[in-house]
Amino acid sequence: MAKHPKLAEWEKNELAKSLSRFPERKEKFTNHGGEEILRLAAPENIDDAYLENLAFPGQYPYTRGVQPTMYRGRLWTMRQYAGFSSAAESNKRYRFLLEQGTTGLSVAFDLPTQIGYDSDDPMSVGEVGKVGVAIDSLADMETLFDQIPLDKVSTSMTINSPAAILLAMYVAVGEKQGVAPENIKGTIQNDVLKEYVARGTYIFPPKPSLRLITNIFQWCSQKTPAFNTISISGYHIREAGSTAVQEVAFTLANGCTYVQTALDAGLELDVFARRLAFFFNASSDLLEEVAKFRAARRLWARLMTERFGAKNPASLMLRFHTQTAGNTLTAQQIDNNIVRVTIQALAAVLGGTQSLHTNSKDEAHSLPTEASVRTALRTQQILAHESGVADTIDPLAGSYYIEALTDRIEREALALIDKIEESGGVVKCIEEGFIQRQIENAAYQYQLEIERGERIIVGMNRFQIQEDKKPPLLRVDPEVEKTQVAKLAEVKNNRNNEKVAALLTRLETAAQGSGNLMPIIYDSVKEYATLGEICNVMRKVFGEYKDRG
Amino acid sequence: METTHKYRVLIGKPGLDGHDRGAKFIARALRDAGFEVVYTGIRRSPEEIAAAAIQEDVDAVGLSSLSGAHIRLFPAVVEALRKAGAQDIPVLGGGVIPEEDIVTLKAAGIVEIFTPGTPIDKIISAYREACEKKSSV
Amino acid sequence: MTIDRLLEGLKQRDPRAIGRAITLVENGDESAQAILSSLDEDLISQAIILGITGPPGAGKSTLTNGIISELRQSRKRIGIIAIDPSSPISGGAILGDRIRMMQHATDRDVVMRSMATRGRLGGLCATAGAAVRIMSSCGCSTIIIETVGVGQSEMDIIRLADITLLVLAPGLGDDIQAMKAGLLEVADILVVNKADCKGADILAMDLETVSRQEGATNQARVSMTVATENKGITELLERIAEVDSEHRDSGEREKRRRGAHDQEVLDWCLEILRPRLLAEITKRDLPLLGDPRLKAKEILEEQ
Repeated sequence: MAKHPKLAEWEKNELAKSLSRFPERKEKFTNHGGEEILRLAAPENIDDAYLENLAFPGQYPYTRGVQPTMYRGRLWTMRQYAGFSSAAESNKRYRFLLEQGTTGLSVAFDLPTQIGYDSDDPMSVGEVGKVGVAIDSLADMETLFDQIPLDKVSTSMTINSPAAILLAMYVAVGEKQGVAPENIKGTIQNDVLKEYVARGTYIFPPKPSLRLITNIFQWCSQKTPAFNTISISGYHIREAGSTAVQEVAFTLANGCTYVQTALDAGLELDVFARRLAFFFNASSDLLEEVAKFRAARRLWARLMTERFGAKNPASLMLRFHTQTAGNTLTAQQIDNNIVRVTIQALAAVLGGTQSLHTNSKDEAHSLPTEASVRTALRTQQILAHESGVADTIDPLAGSYYIEALTDRIEREALALIDKIEESGGVVKCIEEGFIQRQIENAAYQYQLEIERGERIIVGMNRFQIQEDKKPPLLRVDPEVEKTQVAKLAEVKNNRNNEKVAALLTRLETAAQGSGNLMPIIYDSVKEYATLGEICNVMRKVFGEYKDRG
Repeated sequence: METTHKYRVLIGKPGLDGHDRGAKFIARALRDAGFEVVYTGIRRSPEEIAAAAIQEDVDAVGLSSLSGAHIRLFPAVVEALRKAGAQDIPVLGGGVIPEEDIVTLKAAGIVEIFTPGTPIDKIISAYREACEKKSSV
Repeated sequence: MTIDRLLEGLKQRDPRAIGRAITLVENGDESAQAILSSLDEDLISQAIILGITGPPGAGKSTLTNGIISELRQSRKRIGIIAIDPSSPISGGAILGDRIRMMQHATDRDVVMRSMATRGRLGGLCATAGAAVRIMSSCGCSTIIIETVGVGQSEMDIIRLADITLLVLAPGLGDDIQAMKAGLLEVADILVVNKADCKGADILAMDLETVSRQEGATNQARVSMTVATENKGITELLERIAEVDSEHRDSGEREKRRRGAHDQEVLDWCLEILRPRLLAEITKRDLPLLGDPRLKAKEILEEQ
């Protein structure tokens, strides 16, 4: 049968162009038996509905993926979120991960760092180095990336309210290594809106927080054009207990808010929109999750076109990182978690993720050990190299069920986005607790179903066994707080304190005005002004956001 | 005159951890079991939690922490209550807490620790028991 | 805690004793009598009782928090009673108003208590009134009673308060609701919170118009605030002081206190009678046939 002209057209244009620039991973993809694996399956009758709703990979509305060759061209980035204790300890873990074949780093910071407190702040007691690495000043950042060339790796940093400061430190470390800012690659999470509803590491009220985010967009578009300036995250919304539809709706609604804020600040849409990245959760409902990723991609492309008039394809593509769902891991029979993670990772890959973190089996007990992190990474490698799902593009497209579910998720998410819009927008809905209540209700319902045994969690509320063997745990050395505090004191002793004080005064004045704060933050971190000092200046000017419950 | 005793508990999140899904679930489940639940929100200091518990004259305090800071913060709440002369208010806790820490925490005066997967009925009965024990003194 | 130690604690304004005393009264414990009769009537009569009500999302707790901060600057001791509804099904309640006021948690001069409605027959006047008495007797010169939603408990609170604030915000669509419920008529001050939001001016104008229409009975005044940024709080407190002095001069304060007093007495009657009557009814094992109203009259006449 002759090839459909639209398919031929895609092969001639998008595909050929992509292939000429980025050849596929292998000359030939074959099964056991030597038969060639179809790059892309498409319906025999390509009608308008297909072209409007699915189209070909790399074509609007990107339902089938953002690149024409997807994983045949390049596998997703295997990026394991890690960090704990001191910068030196974390540096060791990163180098271990790179040796094991991860292709990108992902930095976890401890809570004081995420909330803008130095390790010696009274608020930091008991939390230093616990859920991530403690960073007080550029000195810690230098240790963290010691012997890791920043022009070779891309680094994702889970940092929100003080993202400007950590980004500045990262660029400064790069410069010390001799890497020009334009060659720095990576992502900062920088998504404060979801902190108010789901994750809790906010510092300032919404208005100044949005200003800082816009400042970063602007500064990066000139200084670090290859850096993703935000990772708009549904992950934590889902972890807080939202449904799949809510995850998509609240994330994209937040995305629209960032876009609008940047436009209001006079930024050029097609300059900053291409550097927006997303971050989703992969939960255990395999088919719903696959549909969710596809629906999110299509809906974002449509929102960007229809609501903001974006034209550049790069501004329309929803590129996303995925992490498997931490809240599905059980503390019981922890080996079962490997299976859960496999299913979830498969959903992410079938859904077309750009990068992936797989959780480790022991995370319902503590931070993961090296051995369990390795298994988690191996899970991704098995999917990539053995399962065959990376060899053909969007393999579930055209399934009646998947397409119906994709349509439903898109429709319901859009309705929710419209409702938020009608109620005065995201910030207002957060302040009034509308979004939080929706998530809370969904979480409560779900948990009740588990408690009543209506929803089976294997090994937890069914198929339990008596377990007495304790899993080996990774413990953070309690001494790390003391060492970190001592190191901080040393930094403060050895820097030029007059210079730092002058810079902080300049920052205060700048914060009271309306200019871009990034240049002065950048200058301050280079003089070893600490994260806490910089945040305290901004707290003084901007005030603090308080939990509304 | 009829006595209309209701158990009052305070659910608080000490420290910087913002994951309040578990704390909120417990709060709601306790409400649905007939308790009056004072909820403090996230990022509270042990002193704030103790002061609130005393003003609200609760029968028990429940703490939640997922960041690993429980080992410092839970005993700090017990200590803050004791300092304020309210050592009779029992403190319960929950979170991602390794087994060996449970021993330490119980030795520090926390009466019960719940880890992920503990059935809610068990948690509710533990609260009820703690409240009963306190008011019978 | 023995009753003697409790009464001594109340004299010392010990937070533990204050909290305990409110619980005992709220639960109808037999020690309630001793507690309530030990209080300082002079201090109770001098305190200002502010009622703050309004629809959910208007920012009542944040406003209350702002008022606390402002009053604390002039070193005043403050009591707060925050009321949330009990679940009609389980009888439990989530008391979440503290969340926005936690910054004052360790301030010994801010005495806060959360209270559930507990579906009482006589409304809240009895127990909230008792809490007001305990707090003011322990030196709180201003007592704020905050209540959520629009319903019976609001009306009860308004009965208790010397001055009532109705908090509204633009865009909630609840202003109409409030008007229907008659809250506009009884509020002394209408607060348009979130005054920096779109529609605040229009809401304020609407409220001015409506309150002028109702002006024959009540000269409500409109105040604008942005509670999240502590804007307009100073002015609001000035207005409250004005209204208070007017009420004192005109005898309105006295009149309201009299009304509150009578209502509290009535509530306590019902609180005390209810269990007795229930016991009596059960004891009689009445036949199913026959008119309940008639039976009730018979029982009451014999009491």
